[in-house]
Amino acid sequence: MAAPAPILRMSGIGKQFPGVKALDGVDFRLLPGEVHALMGENGAGKSTLIKVLTGVYDIDAGEIELEGRRVAFSSPLAAQQAGISTVYQEVNLCTNLSVAENIFIGREPRRFGRIQWRAMRRRAAEILSRLDLDIDVSAPLASYSLAIQQMVAIARAVDIDAKVLILDEPTSSLDAGEVAQLFRVMRRLKEQGIAILFVSHFLDQIYEISDRMTILRNGKLVGEYLTSELSQVELVGKMIGRELADLEKLEARPPAREGAPLVEAERLGRPGAIEPFTLTIHEGEVVGLAGLLGSGRTEVARLLFGADHAGTGALKIGGEQVSLRTPRSAVARKLAFCSENRRAEGLIPDLTVRENIILALQAARGWTRPIPRRKQDELVDKYVAALNIRPADPDQLVRNLSGGNQQKVLLARWLILEPRLLILDEPTRGIDVGAKAEIQRLVAELSDGGMAVLFISAELEEVLRLSHKVGVLRDRRLVAELDNDERLTTDALTETIASGARA
Amino acid sequence: MNRILKHRLFWPVVVLVALLLLNLVFTDGFFRIQMREGHLYGSLIDIFRFGAPLILVATGMTLVIATSGIDLSVGSVVAIAGALACMQISDLSDQNSVSGVLTAVGVALALSVVLGLWNGFLVAGIGIQPIIATLILMVAGRGLAQLITDGQITTVNSAPYKLIGGGYWLTLPFGIIIVAVVLALTAFLTRRLALGLLIESVGGNAEASRLAGISARGVLMTVYAFCALCAGIAGLMISSNVSSADGNNAGLWIELDAILAVVIGGTPLSGGRFSLSGTVLGALIIQTLTTTIYSIGVPPETTLLFKALVVTIVCLIQSPAFRAKVFHRRRRPIEARPATEEKVRVSA
Repeated sequence: MAAPAPILRMSGIGKQFPGVKALDGVDFRLLPGEVHALMGENGAGKSTLIKVLTGVYDIDAGEIELEGRRVAFSSPLAAQQAGISTVYQEVNLCTNLSVAENIFIGREPRRFGRIQWRAMRRRAAEILSRLDLDIDVSAPLASYSLAIQQMVAIARAVDIDAKVLILDEPTSSLDAGEVAQLFRVMRRLKEQGIAILFVSHFLDQIYEISDRMTILRNGKLVGEYLTSELSQVELVGKMIGRELADLEKLEARPPAREGAPLVEAERLGRPGAIEPFTLTIHEGEVVGLAGLLGSGRTEVARLLFGADHAGTGALKIGGEQVSLRTPRSAVARKLAFCSENRRAEGLIPDLTVRENIILALQAARGWTRPIPRRKQDELVDKYVAALNIRPADPDQLVRNLSGGNQQKVLLARWLILEPRLLILDEPTRGIDVGAKAEIQRLVAELSDGGMAVLFISAELEEVLRLSHKVGVLRDRRLVAELDNDERLTTDALTETIASGARA
Repeated sequence: MNRILKHRLFWPVVVLVALLLLNLVFTDGFFRIQMREGHLYGSLIDIFRFGAPLILVATGMTLVIATSGIDLSVGSVVAIAGALACMQISDLSDQNSVSGVLTAVGVALALSVVLGLWNGFLVAGIGIQPIIATLILMVAGRGLAQLITDGQITTVNSAPYKLIGGGYWLTLPFGIIIVAVVLALTAFLTRRLALGLLIESVGGNAEASRLAGISARGVLMTVYAFCALCAGIAGLMISSNVSSADGNNAGLWIELDAILAVVIGGTPLSGGRFSLSGTVLGALIIQTLTTTIYSIGVPPETTLLFKALVVTIVCLIQSPAFRAKVFHRRRRPIEARPATEEKVRVSA
């Protein structure tokens, strides 16, 4: 097809954060009247690219052209005034106000300083009807579903004369019918010549709605492709990449020893989070969980740890039927869980390294039985040295540590409990290659020592290298459970993730 | 030098010293401490003595605030504890009976703990926001105190009871000794035992604490009960000092002074790290300020306004952001700090 001139062109974009190169020489273009998917795994730089484009961050290198003119937005407001509107995953509207008020907030039609309510409601209804939406605009936004709220946000964005509309994971909390409605709206906007940048982790949706896609990996551009010319398998392969070759190879995995079953989940599930799944983890076994972000990997871990209540199914630990009401009861049964979200769900940033490390052990003992200071120092020194935590200062506040060292502190917290099952959710994300290798080696050692490990990672090579068995998740379902023998390769795994069927 | 300047208690100490020096200018012999009839006398002793209830209430409040909560009901608990103790003592055939007074004190403190557990239940069990949960008892508790005293001001004439708030022991006012014991106990529970770590953990990141296996509910119940116990002791002290219980006015607005003392002492209202010594300093600053107002002769009708002004200035001086704005402006323009960027996690 004859490509019209791009409405937006970004070239050689670079963005540096302390310790991380978030974007490195990324080119990106957006044509009018197309839906363009921005693809990449977590940490690939999608959010950063969007934030650079909308003026949340400055760029360190490169340039941005809108309609052929060079631009640099100092704030999201400036970007919006220039015609670039963004709708985020969490709807940032006021749900207590009416639909019409939300569309016109800050720019209400006025006469003599008074708001013209009638005109406002009429115009709001007009705008929404252009999106095939017929709702009562005087009702509070909260009375509508998330999908409608999402579309009101889009209507508002479009009405501010948008040329470029950015939809950052708009579908993650919508059901199938709502997604279809959203897509109708997107097609209509496309016909009006608006360029839509679309981010989603659901591959099927990408293939349904997008015309073209740009793939990022580790802050670098992988390429730009027509959706019709790239298969799902190729896409997943390009997103995940093969960049771990430089890590030293661990020796071939020993065949899974026949340990006793430690954790047995029988049709365990939670409506809206994860479909019922059945999974058994044996002592000394490393079970990997593979799947794209949002496929339900974390949800599996949280159910096994009692962080969320299971809605259905049964769980046995060491052969005994249990109901984990809280993480506390899981810890009492020697389960441990390192959340993928270190800052929100792992560390207490204002406490020191020492306090963070002893926290779980202290919690298990109760506050009346403090861990003697000498014992604390002994444990903390041992793990600071064993995990090579830097700076090796137990009294440093955890907030001052780098991501990799924070991850190690979190690991140390659970290791001093000597758990029977260690659940690691993305333990190597966002940390440097050296720390990554150390953590991988540690997992192998722990499982050799008899500890069971549930290892969740977006990096397939890492999952394959460490696991005895791999569970594959797709769209919140455990679709396959594969033994890690010679026949299982990253390609086969990629195939399973992409198709949802056993390779 | 820089380390002293950076210490988090540096500014509270400066303020306290400044207030004391101001008093020295207006009152001769302000710092003099005398021995009279075997008791210590002097303005400094008085500050401690009259500040004792506030220090107690603020100590409990510190722990509650460290869990990122707040307890507005302490004033009511003060009134209830005093009312209950006085009612029981006035019913005694011999008001000077030590065992009778001890029973009354025990019952009053037990009720205080129950009230604290009620607060804790509302906050941790049901999940009501602390400010609303404790507002219930703040309002209802005054009524409860009225109910206990039948709406009258109950007076007692009991030597053993008088000792708590007005007596002396080992040359020191008995109240100061109680405060010292409670502070030592608190320091022991929080710093020698592990309660402090768990409190700071829950206040610093509640979800992470839950996932680390901490029973936030147990911690919160303990803390609210402890806070009410401190308020109960303060209530006994206040009613004992005047030998009467006034359900309406005992401990009125003490919750606000206590919160202020905690904040001046450097414990953030958002929870997390707390400082007991900071709170004691904060309470002393507030008490010294009250003394100062009388000693420098501020007209009574303007005392509240004067107090408000001083407190505002104290809080501003303590704020690093404010100091940076006022003191550093002339030296050089503040360079644009990438503070927001450091916090942003790089993720796609």
